[in-house]
Amino acid sequence: MTQTRRFSRRLTRRDVMKSAAAAAALLPMPALAQGAASRVVVIGGGFAGASCARALKALDARINVTLVEASRTFTACPFSNLVIAGMRELSKQQFGYDKVAAAGVTMAFTTASAVDPQAKSVTLADGNRLAYDRLVLAPGIDIRWDGLPGYDEAAANVMPHAWKAGEQTTLLRRQLESMEDGGLVVISAPANPFRCPPGPYERASLIAYYLKTKKPKSKLIVLDAKDAFSKQRLFQNAWKELYPNLEWVSLSSGGKVTSVEPASKTVVTDFSRHQAAVANIIPPQKAGHIADLAQVADRSGWCPVDAMTFESKQRPNIHVIGDAAIMGAMPKSAFSANAQAKVCAAAVAKLLAGEKPVEPRLINTCYSVVAPDYGITVAGAYRPKDGVLVDAEGGGVSPIDAPASTRAAEAKYADGWFNTITTEVFG
Amino acid sequence: MIRLHVFAAIAALTVSGMASAADAPPGASSCTGCHPATPGVATPVPRLNGRDAAQITAAMTEFRTGKRPATVMDRIAKGFTDDEAKAIAAYFAAQKE
Repeated sequence: MTQTRRFSRRLTRRDVMKSAAAAAALLPMPALAQGAASRVVVIGGGFAGASCARALKALDARINVTLVEASRTFTACPFSNLVIAGMRELSKQQFGYDKVAAAGVTMAFTTASAVDPQAKSVTLADGNRLAYDRLVLAPGIDIRWDGLPGYDEAAANVMPHAWKAGEQTTLLRRQLESMEDGGLVVISAPANPFRCPPGPYERASLIAYYLKTKKPKSKLIVLDAKDAFSKQRLFQNAWKELYPNLEWVSLSSGGKVTSVEPASKTVVTDFSRHQAAVANIIPPQKAGHIADLAQVADRSGWCPVDAMTFESKQRPNIHVIGDAAIMGAMPKSAFSANAQAKVCAAAVAKLLAGEKPVEPRLINTCYSVVAPDYGITVAGAYRPKDGVLVDAEGGGVSPIDAPASTRAAEAKYADGWFNTITTEVFG
Repeated sequence: MIRLHVFAAIAALTVSGMASAADAPPGASSCTGCHPATPGVATPVPRLNGRDAAQITAAMTEFRTGKRPATVMDRIAKGFTDDEAKAIAAYFAAQKE
């Protein structure tokens, strides 16, 4: 890889540039072949952004790829519900960027403070500017701090959301660990769309497992702003079988949380007030802040993109991938983010070379762990149609009536998936 | 001029390398989310790189028809036509270490 780097450094030397420019004047060649190295800036180093940066370098080592990411350590959300339930340590969720850098990606450990779509440049927090030919935004989610009365950043220190993995994850775990047996745990689940559609229900399952095994007199209530959710029958069957102390309250049963009172850890709906020992508020969300700065988010707070290239429908030369993007049927999952990143990278490489992107196919597989040795999935393939991604044939959830051996197999595959995807992105 | 020739030769190699990777058939890049692209990953899911193309295609057909037991591949295989599956199989068969 050092060779690649040396090569690209040589490539920028003036004499080579001059020769290349002279050659270009004689031969009609695409931009890349002229030696004018293309510049791609990727903002956000999660499953989407880090995957895209690496895929671009793998497709063409001469593209200058800069990955802008504030944190030197990435903390993965998938499997973080196991950390909350005390079944896994947070360190297993954490990854560095050494291998991403070794793959030829220039790491910029800072934040982006502005995007100028006209000048095609990104301003970093330190004032430096990065020019780009194509910009890829992979900012993940931001919490809508104005989305739920009473729930602000201070409230999140008392009633954690734990919807961005890290300190929030361990805070919720500590609260559960210090709760006395017999306490009431409340989870508030938001309306669609939000990061990881089955996530609140996996979390409910694993907290219920923790309570059942460690604090059996306790009770768990899930207050939901929806009447239906991902893998619903599978979750509900498992709850009936395993977790009698878990109660799910749907939207039409009055489950929608209308405000919270952090001082007393009270969760309020139109019909009732729940004073919790531990309250996990999963609030309404939107695309990460940079999407606003780049003017690629619409009124919904999310970023509509083309299903072929993931290019923003609002700003040319800016692509959005992962949780921040909306493009049809694909759910906001780490698997989707990684799959979209690779399709986006291939499209960007084609566009930079002056070629037409290939019509993509994408896959998503989401594992949820309901208990140790009990995994369930939703999986499907997607294809573009009329500018959005639609479900291809097939797809769906694990069988409703599968034997325990199938659930155990899916739990093992879940482990394998985590190892595989984190190796591809960070390993 | 010698430098330019060397540069052009390396550039040509890189461009041809890029073309094969950029032209991975539709769907192929998603597979490595579960099927490891590199050796040594702890997972029960088999690698596809370097595997016989006919073997991959046959597996996809059997997943689709339900002949081969599966957890998720039965659901995913139905999303791909025979031709799409064949192209993906040929791509992975050609991926050597």
